[in-house]
Amino acid sequence: MVIQFHREVSESDVREALKEFIGEIYQRPPLRSSVKRTLRTRRIYYIELIEHTGKYSVVRVGCQAGTYMRKLAHDLGLVLGVGAHMRELRRTRTGPFKEDETLVRLQELSEALYLWRTENDERMLRRIIMPVEVAVSHIPKILILDSAVDAIAHGASLAVPGISMLMKNIRKNTMVAIMSLKGELVALGTALYDAEEIADMSRGIVVKTKRVYMKPGIYPRAWRKKK
Amino acid sequence: MAAETGEPGIDFVRRLNEYSGIGNEWIILRDAETDWSYGVHPCRRSIEEHIRNGVINLDKPPGPTSHEVVAWIKKMLGLGRAGHGGTLEP
Repeated sequence: MVIQFHREVSESDVREALKEFIGEIYQRPPLRSSVKRTLRTRRIYYIELIEHTGKYSVVRVGCQAGTYMRKLAHDLGLVLGVGAHMRELRRTRTGPFKEDETLVRLQELSEALYLWRTENDERMLRRIIMPVEVAVSHIPKILILDSAVDAIAHGASLAVPGISMLMKNIRKNTMVAIMSLKGELVALGTALYDAEEIADMSRGIVVKTKRVYMKPGIYPRAWRKKK
Repeated sequence: MAAETGEPGIDFVRRLNEYSGIGNEWIILRDAETDWSYGVHPCRRSIEEHIRNGVINLDKPPGPTSHEVVAWIKKMLGLGRAGHGGTLEP
């Protein structure tokens, strides 16, 4: 983010003031916003001052989703007593997506599509478009048996006997990705127990399915309809 | 995430974990095999399936909204459904 201060401030003053914003902060969403304007807390993980000259600062902020950077810039101006506002903003990271070799421009997508449609060369398109599984790469995962896949694809919750393996970092009440043994995303759900607890269970529902990704009917149906 | 011929599904999942850096510690409850006569390794989908089940890390220019860009991409790729991962200032 580029912050413009309304009077010149020193780099050391900015550095000091930024420390106040690390951790839990209170924010009321700005007038022009599409969420309810009630005071809420958001966590700021880090603020890195990349560059500062006179009235301008460039910072990189690691924060919880839903933190208003515009508000942060404004509040920084208040703390410093000079006033400030946000000049520019760029998202450098969200979930597993960052500014790495996977980041592409619309132009590249358009070229890749051209190559595929006219030259029948799909390599560039395959490089630009990533499998959907990449989007859940940062979420703890459970791999399930082939026999459990179709039930989950129909929206059922996951029970212990359907599990092949699970990641140790699964925690109660957090999101897990339910995947097939081929690595396909089947669904997203909420873990009802920690990984260690699940490992000690022999039966029962352990993940409540929230969002099904795989279409039903791809894997054989190994479950019976209730009579 | 290029296709690696004959790669087992678990190795693909391990690569996903390495990409996002969330670690690769597993508890194995049941050793199991998967039947490759149904389903598909995520890197070996047909190009049409790959597009329909894909994500793009797109460098959106300032100006057009996320919503507008999604609409363009939907049209370019002829998709029925598409979405985005969130706007910067909702």
